[in-house]
Amino acid sequence: MAGSNNLRITPPRWLLAELTYKCPLQCPYCSNPLDYAAHSNELSTEDWKRVLTQARKMGAVQLGLSGGEPLTRLDLEEIVHHAKQLGYYSNLITSGYGLSEGRIEALKEAGLDHIQISIQASSEDLSDHLAGTKSFENKKKVAHLVKKYGYPMVLCVVIHRENIHQMADILAMAEELGADYLELANTQYYGWAHVNRDALLPTKEQFAEAEAIAQAFKEKIAGKMKIYYVVPDFYEGRPKACMNGWGTTFLTIAPDGVALPCHSARELPGLDCPNVNDFSIEEIWTNSKAFNFFRGFEWMQEPCRSCDEKEKDFGGCRCQAYLLSGDMYATDPVCSKSSQRHLIEDAITSAKNTALSDNEKPLIFRNSKNSKLF
Amino acid sequence: MKINPNLPISFSPMHRLQWEEAQNRDVILYPEGMVELNHSSAEILKLCDGKRTIEQIIYELHRKFSTTGLEKDITHFLEIALQNGWIKQP
Ligand code: SF4
Ligand code: SF4
Repeated sequence: MAGSNNLRITPPRWLLAELTYKCPLQCPYCSNPLDYAAHSNELSTEDWKRVLTQARKMGAVQLGLSGGEPLTRLDLEEIVHHAKQLGYYSNLITSGYGLSEGRIEALKEAGLDHIQISIQASSEDLSDHLAGTKSFENKKKVAHLVKKYGYPMVLCVVIHRENIHQMADILAMAEELGADYLELANTQYYGWAHVNRDALLPTKEQFAEAEAIAQAFKEKIAGKMKIYYVVPDFYEGRPKACMNGWGTTFLTIAPDGVALPCHSARELPGLDCPNVNDFSIEEIWTNSKAFNFFRGFEWMQEPCRSCDEKEKDFGGCRCQAYLLSGDMYATDPVCSKSSQRHLIEDAITSAKNTALSDNEKPLIFRNSKNSKLF
Repeated sequence: MKINPNLPISFSPMHRLQWEEAQNRDVILYPEGMVELNHSSAEILKLCDGKRTIEQIIYELHRKFSTTGLEKDITHFLEIALQNGWIKQP
């Protein structure tokens, strides 16, 4: 084991409950594991209630209900009600597709605090194309209903090369829909986005232009709408402080009950991520191999180990290091101090060449048929 | 942002103020975020009930802590709170 047990372990604050991998949409940047179709077991209502209770007792207070599409769980209202009684602040992270007025009302009654809706683009044809399903008009209607029932609304748009040129229209759409928060999430290249990277990664010039537009709008709309801008770390010199430090803040539970220190951790070899069917949340958080693996700084290699910035970014993302370099202990290649920074430059060049060539690779959509290929 | 002295101050319906036993402090909860409050900030926010004006809030806090001279600190904090959208004025 790489980590050590005698660090001061802080309790989880965030519980991310991935209720299901089922989803009617097929976004080609979905962060679910490529082989999600192989994990089709789902925890029962009682299991989820137990998980919520145990995590709350340890100090978790923010609850994300996501997936897949959490609306496909018919016990969602019951889970939300339980969360409410425990004092969680509950966030429903949904595509919004198929969310009926009756259900918006029932969820409000059950105690849901906030709804995040994701829209794929600002135009109907592109949004429907990316979702792999006709859904744009329905989502817009749902966004209006969310406001009607008094929820704070976060509109999330994942940004990539197919829609980055729409930045100005995306901002206008968010304003028109009355979003309280707009999350502009530059694609993070894990899961499905990793296999589609050549088709999704924008050029540096595209990023700069889109960011300038978003920045100007942010000032204009201050006080009415908050904008969260998730940076595209491929174009940064330092990696993200992934998960705010491994096993310090975030606890993800996958649909089948596997507990993950980050939602991509399933892809890392040899972590033996524990299942909530076998252990309590407290045992998992405190004692499991997976949650101790990258806690602290002992596991680090150079240049991270002796770097004075390690408490700021924790050496970056373990999943990114693994996906790109094949070594999960390596310095995140995004870092300009990494000897493997060329991997990022190669990815950028490769995406640029794909964009310039006539025969662009088709996007691989996230669905069960494609999932079984991995 | 400045507080209007003539209008009452209310806590934002888009946020939640809650005591967290595990952290032994009050926190503000909002979509995907949390702010940890120290004791005095929490006491100020609890008085933002949609009826009291800033003057009444200051009076109430002076009375509660049997002290005076908090005007500047309270005003400063309320301005930050307004900026962050934690409180509202009609
Ligand atoms: S990213 Fe798209 S496909 Fe993946 S779970 Fe969300 S809505 Fe479904
Ligand atoms: S060398 Fe490691 S710790 Fe230092 S800045 Fe780069 S990623 Fe962070």
